[in-house]
Amino acid sequence: MSDPRVPVQPPNAATRPPAKEGADGIPASTLARLAPAVPLNSIDADVLARAQAGDQFAFAQIYALHKRRIYSLCLRMVGNKAEAEDLTQEAFLQLYRKIGTFRGDSAFTTWFYRMVINVVLMHLRKKGLPESSLDEAMEPAQDDRPRRNFSAPDLHLAGSIDRMALERAITTLPAGYRLVFILHDIRGYEHNEIAEMLDCSIGNSKSQLHKARLKLREVLRSNHRQEGRS
Amino acid sequence: MEQEVPNRMQLGKMKEDPDQMSCAAFQAQLPELIGGGYPPIFHPHIQQCEHCRALLADLETIAEAAHSLLPAEEPSDELWKQIEAAIKNQKNCSDSV
Repeated sequence: MSDPRVPVQPPNAATRPPAKEGADGIPASTLARLAPAVPLNSIDADVLARAQAGDQFAFAQIYALHKRRIYSLCLRMVGNKAEAEDLTQEAFLQLYRKIGTFRGDSAFTTWFYRMVINVVLMHLRKKGLPESSLDEAMEPAQDDRPRRNFSAPDLHLAGSIDRMALERAITTLPAGYRLVFILHDIRGYEHNEIAEMLDCSIGNSKSQLHKARLKLREVLRSNHRQEGRS
Repeated sequence: MEQEVPNRMQLGKMKEDPDQMSCAAFQAQLPELIGGGYPPIFHPHIQQCEHCRALLADLETIAEAAHSLLPAEEPSDELWKQIEAAIKNQKNCSDSV
């Protein structure tokens, strides 16, 4: 009879770091070492295949690789750490349930981000916030849209945006603008990838990004004016 | 690397003469110009309009500042333990059905 203290190793265990705390529980210290093993923006095909077959260690690798980006996206969308962790958990649980259905028609990150965005928008809907469906988010209320302004420039932002001011301004954006701004200007996704994630046209993605930047400019200029007065 | 200066046909498939264009018409094309391969700074309207030049500079400043918002934040170590526990629960539920 085998020693019950020794975890049963699956056939491909040779490719894994040794598990010290049993086959199921993956310690945080091990998890922390998993991320650098996989190149950013890509998932090793073998890791993905093993996760799709139900291998929890492979799933932990995917978690380690994506947790920061998914958590950051959730945090920027809801502005609250506890809620962002709940959404991150829900997103990864959905991923665990659905990863077997991923067929590789799009990049894994695009497919997963789409899932995360739906989780976030569903959460906003439950909270009764406006613009909680993607269509509504992409077409915010008139008051939330950037104003057209063709008057002479009175204040330039060039060289005067600090990180905190920009972070605060982003939280004021309508959900659709915020999503596209985060995905494009912060995360560095291309318009064609964003269009796929949000199920919209490339032109729509460009337009949303432009409106987001215009709205941010409005907010930042207004803040500068107020600071100048006080 | 030197940027290629677009010709008039490439400047956003314009319906108006770019030299005579109003700010409203130029700004309506701006999302496509910014997202296209040709820098809007070469647009004839930008060369003559201080207002739109300032707007473009501000939008570029905002996009550049957004890069400084990385690195991303880290969730707590506890989160993975919670996810693992939830996965185990799911497995137990599906095994018992």
